[in-house]
Amino acid sequence: MSALYEFCLRMGDSTLVLGHRVSEWCGLAPVLEEDIALANTALDLIGQTQLWLGLAAEVEGSGKTADDLAFLRDVWDFRNALLCELPNGDFGQTLMRQYLFDEWHLGMLKALQGSSDDRVSAIADKAVKEASYHLERSRDTVIGLGDGTEESHARMQAALDYLYPYVGEFFIADALDDAAAKEGIAPELNSLKAGYDAAIAATMNAATLTLPESKFAHKGGRTGRTHTEHLGHMLTNMQWLQRAYPGASW
Amino acid sequence: MSKEWPLWEVFIRGQHGLSHRHVGSLHAPDAEMAVKNARDVYTRRNEGQSIWVVEARHVTASNPSDKGPMYEPSESKVYRHPTFFDIPDDAGAM
Amino acid sequence: MYAQMVKSTGEGVKARADMSPEEAAFQDKIDADIKIEPKDWMPEGYRKTLIRQIGQHAHSEIVGQLPEGNWITRAPTLERKAILLAKVQDEAGHGLYLYCAAETLGVSRDELTKDLLSGRMKYSSIFNYPTLTWADMGAVGWLVDGAAIMNQVPLQRTSYGPYSRAMIRICKEESFHQRQGFHIMMKMVEGSEAQKKMAQDALNRFWYPSLMMFGPSDKDSVHSAQSLAWKIKMDSNDELRQKFVDQTAPQAKLLGLTIPDENLAWNEEKGGYDFSEPDWGEFFDVVKGNGPCNTDRLAARNKAWDDGAWVRDGLLAHAEKRAARKTAAE
Ligand SMILES: [Fe+2]
Ligand SMILES: [Fe+2]
Ligand SMILES: [Fe+2]
Repeated sequence: MSALYEFCLRMGDSTLVLGHRVSEWCGLAPVLEEDIALANTALDLIGQTQLWLGLAAEVEGSGKTADDLAFLRDVWDFRNALLCELPNGDFGQTLMRQYLFDEWHLGMLKALQGSSDDRVSAIADKAVKEASYHLERSRDTVIGLGDGTEESHARMQAALDYLYPYVGEFFIADALDDAAAKEGIAPELNSLKAGYDAAIAATMNAATLTLPESKFAHKGGRTGRTHTEHLGHMLTNMQWLQRAYPGASW
Repeated sequence: MSKEWPLWEVFIRGQHGLSHRHVGSLHAPDAEMAVKNARDVYTRRNEGQSIWVVEARHVTASNPSDKGPMYEPSESKVYRHPTFFDIPDDAGAM
Repeated sequence: MYAQMVKSTGEGVKARADMSPEEAAFQDKIDADIKIEPKDWMPEGYRKTLIRQIGQHAHSEIVGQLPEGNWITRAPTLERKAILLAKVQDEAGHGLYLYCAAETLGVSRDELTKDLLSGRMKYSSIFNYPTLTWADMGAVGWLVDGAAIMNQVPLQRTSYGPYSRAMIRICKEESFHQRQGFHIMMKMVEGSEAQKKMAQDALNRFWYPSLMMFGPSDKDSVHSAQSLAWKIKMDSNDELRQKFVDQTAPQAKLLGLTIPDENLAWNEEKGGYDFSEPDWGEFFDVVKGNGPCNTDRLAARNKAWDDGAWVRDGLLAHAEKRAARKTAAE
């Protein structure tokens, strides 16, 4: 399959899976204002999914739609970063996951604005505005809760400890990533790493949180080699109607 | 029970609006979060270009019984409204 | 409606002759359609009734997120997922606007929340019914939001300024809620046999609970007269229910669905439909807490509130620390 197709899946599956996770909060957030803000984030991510998976379907060229890709592939076909499929946990874990994603996402989208493929840069142009705001909000919340009460600090540190081993995957390239970089579709993953590391170090410092020393990285989500057990349960839920009533139009 | 976040009044200048208008209120721990919450709550349908927030306790409202003395004098000062002045067309834009 | 059976003072409407000069001036303003604003003088009963009504309305929006939120993660397409999420998000916004309106009357959102969570304050009976299939997303938008809109449109003219302004904003946002619901139903009835069956089943289950949303019959509604005089209730329960049936019956026909009422028939003479009353015994059971979902709904709201406490405290503590650091630096 082409590097472009694969790259669109890697972007679109991450926004799909993360958007789905964030949407699980609807109606249950700590205050109404946060409930509404989380829904906005989820809506942006779902909208971006439609664009990425729409482009993937177009590139694939067999007449599939974004919905076909979202609702009719099984776990081993998903190409999202593992971080995105991890469960919401408490609000702190959700916001920490969001922050760690947003910081990478914004860097990636900015680079994609210069993509050799016009369709990719057009999606990036739209998404970059949304991601900038997501980052502003998640960063402030991580700092606020890290530097809040003793309890909020402890919960945020626990969230960071749990999630940090999943950020390394964003920067580990495989042959398809290399091909996408060579074609100028996407940046070299490693080129985003220094900026990312500096940004999260500054944020965690402001949040009075400590980055884990171990740089061990779980990987395999973006390449499809493996996923966590959590993804299957999410898909069971998400894809249920399409699977139970094949071919129906909704 | 713990303390409630303060209440903020939200003012938004819309796409074609000339000045900020009061659109409603919300709760937030501080001014920065209040601006962000205002963006999320009150500009979901593209309503806003610029947001002001003021903590509600800092708003001083006129007393309703003052309605007469507060507002009636300005009713007679029609010269404050530009259309009061009949300006010849050749005076140009003004 | 969203505020069913709101108790007013229970004293009945005062005769002109019995009113104090303030009360008479207040009633004059209302009769002249001049809005009452937070700092204006108002009878204590007006203030209290409004707090109950707006509070109940706000609680309904918030609890109302749950039955539809139940399907966000199972929406069948990306577009449906986005539409439903945006719709349920709007309901959170409605709750927020309404709590803010209530706050202008001297009660805090936290106090109102506490009364909801303890079960002291009510929310609309409709949200104690379960959403079992995707067609229920259609039925809720079409019928429940349809009924809500019917009640909320006239409330835009209610006498209390902040309430009226909140309703104006809410009505603007509501316009797509009913349409998206009806659109789901349209897709279902055009679809497979299973989808059609699902749509009919949803209508069967939501029809009478929707009729109950308008509250008990006028003859059993003891609190209406004062609220009507104060213009915090604009139409009687039976008037709105009739209007709802008259609007909805032809829509059901258009969909090719059957309203589960053998007595439903056009009555030329009154220019409206005859229809069966819902089971008011069931209604009072639900209001008392014995609906199919009362326990689950309150438990979900309590859990969300309790789980969120550390977040609310944490962010406030940070804000206070920051403010203190800033003062120290100055
Ligand atoms: Fe509603
Ligand atoms: Fe609503
Ligand atoms: Fe609604």
